[in-house]
Amino acid sequence: MKARSSLWVLFGLLISACAWAGTENYTFPIKDPFAATVVGTPRDVAAEPKPLRGANVRNFTVQVFEDREKPDVFWYDRGLRTAVAYQDHKAPLIFLIAGTGASFDSPKNRGMARAFYKKGFHVAAISSSTHPNFIVSASTSKLPGHIVDDSRDIYRVMELMMEEMGDRIEVSEYHVAGYSLGGAQAAFVSKLDEEKRVFNFKKVLMINPPVSLYNSVNILDRMLEENIPGGVDKFDAFVDRLMDAFTEVYTTVDHVEFNDEFLYTVYRHRPPKDDEPLAALIGTSFRISSANMVFTSDVMTNAGYIVPKNRVLSRGESLTGFSKVAHRITFLQYFDELLYPYYKSKQPGLEREELLDQLSLRSIEDYLRNSDKIYVMHNADDLILQKGEIDFFTEVFGSRAKIYPFGGHCGNMDYEVNVDHMLGLFADAGAGQ
Amino acid sequence: MNQRISMMYAARILFIAISLLWLAGCSSTPEQKEPEIPAMHPVEDVVRPDVNYVVDVYDPWEPMNRRIYNFNTHFDRYVFLPVVRGYEFITPDVVEDSVSNFFSNIGEIENFINSALQLKPRATATAFFRFAMNSTFGVLGLFDPATDLMGTPEWDEDFGQTLGHYGVGDGPFVVLPILGPSNARDTTGLVADGLMFSAIDPLNFDSNDDVEVPYYLLQAIDTRHRTKFRYWETGSPFEYELVRLLYGKYRQLQIAK
Repeated sequence: MKARSSLWVLFGLLISACAWAGTENYTFPIKDPFAATVVGTPRDVAAEPKPLRGANVRNFTVQVFEDREKPDVFWYDRGLRTAVAYQDHKAPLIFLIAGTGASFDSPKNRGMARAFYKKGFHVAAISSSTHPNFIVSASTSKLPGHIVDDSRDIYRVMELMMEEMGDRIEVSEYHVAGYSLGGAQAAFVSKLDEEKRVFNFKKVLMINPPVSLYNSVNILDRMLEENIPGGVDKFDAFVDRLMDAFTEVYTTVDHVEFNDEFLYTVYRHRPPKDDEPLAALIGTSFRISSANMVFTSDVMTNAGYIVPKNRVLSRGESLTGFSKVAHRITFLQYFDELLYPYYKSKQPGLEREELLDQLSLRSIEDYLRNSDKIYVMHNADDLILQKGEIDFFTEVFGSRAKIYPFGGHCGNMDYEVNVDHMLGLFADAGAGQ
Repeated sequence: MNQRISMMYAARILFIAISLLWLAGCSSTPEQKEPEIPAMHPVEDVVRPDVNYVVDVYDPWEPMNRRIYNFNTHFDRYVFLPVVRGYEFITPDVVEDSVSNFFSNIGEIENFINSALQLKPRATATAFFRFAMNSTFGVLGLFDPATDLMGTPEWDEDFGQTLGHYGVGDGPFVVLPILGPSNARDTTGLVADGLMFSAIDPLNFDSNDDVEVPYYLLQAIDTRHRTKFRYWETGSPFEYELVRLLYGKYRQLQIAK
């Protein structure tokens, strides 16, 4: 028994060595994982920094629940917003699933979409199931977070998108990719497809996915709580210092513009002394996503969580007070106080640990191990992984895992080298050029 | 004469359209059927008086502002963006860029005056240089050789920034119809800049008043064409709060420069 397990370890190491091969000369310019996560891929080394001219893009909304009543406070929501960029000939199609809180047209989805489109793919982009628009218009439970159920919702959206596109596009074969939470969901969507067989996905790509959702949200929750000097109550002072840094760079450096390069410009000219403010920024960004999600779910389910139960909010009402509360709720609180009770009411006797286990790639480990079509791209220094979790990918995916030595969480997604590798995985997809 | 009648007609249609959109933006207070039960995390318990919340911005006219914000959403959806899309559809990209350059070039007058008022020699020189280059080599401002060939991009200044530079505070947050977020100081600045523009009258509207309305209409379309913001596409249910916060911070940076 012992010999066997050490054999496994040795085997794992060998496989890790394979996954790491060819990354010794990896030249992504930002070596610090916090900085890479915050500023992303600098424009001059990004594969497709600019929008493609002349692409056929159709923006449309999908109506998932025709008779769903939307609270007046979400009056502006007119269905799930999506986009499909399509070729004028028969081509493979790839679905892209955005990360936590992100919309279908998030910068990361756009970067991937451009690369695939240029390579001859149709590209269909989907917002994260944690995005408020998705919760209001496409989530069955209206309480996102359960990866199996959320993936089912995403699958339905995919079907409706194809229905909507109809004869406008001719698809040779289907693929799916996603980053962060969307990456993990891509695997669950693929697993569901094995039963439903609507798309028969040829390839599945997971980019920087979490292993255990619980571990990752825990890390992200704490990034905010533990990196604001004086605690979250002193968030205003943190913002003031941030503004000072912005102001200094904005007033002293020539030709600074407010675009996707702004944070990188600030970082280059005024790198923080330590990672603390960067970690706080990552935590802030996550908290904003989670606050949007929690509030939206609360209102949609009349849970009486932040908004009093049965209160009907009008479209002109101030939400400032609720926003203050929503930004103080951790994702784990949401899990314990809304998500777990909801699933427990549906499955009496469901243990908390049991639910947590369901929300992990480990729950479909065998599928991931044996399914040759699933690939993963990850970074050894990804901040959302607990120590050692990266080994899950090398061990389970073997040569189907590509682990870069750095890049933080999704920071290197747009890097030329990464995009080349990504497209290379789909090289045998019959993209009619 | 004929033109005048059609102008009046157009104005009337616009008035009706705006009134309808206004009504659509109004909040009919929804009915509450069941008795209210306190929330698990009530605002009263969580929010503390001794904490400064970043999201708090002085906004005494919030109900009105929110109503105008919603009105702007409707106006954008049903009037402004369709017009802008039509403009983008019929106009080649090169022409769109030239239209933008033209208005930017006229805007250099505003940059120049306000840079001078703030006694900023580099900003003043930049505005002067750009206006001179783009009006001549740039064919009356249709091209922007100052940025493209000479590496001197625009240095944006306006009277709101001038007031801020001399210590005038933001004042209450304001959402202007069609124009969007502002505050008392910047709205004052907007009016002052408009008055200065009329006083200088660089395009001589005084003696050819029939171009004045098309000029402002095209300027409005061009401005919307250049503004990437779309109402409620941030995905945040707290978008009003977010815009209110970011507007103030953005202006703070602009004033500091």
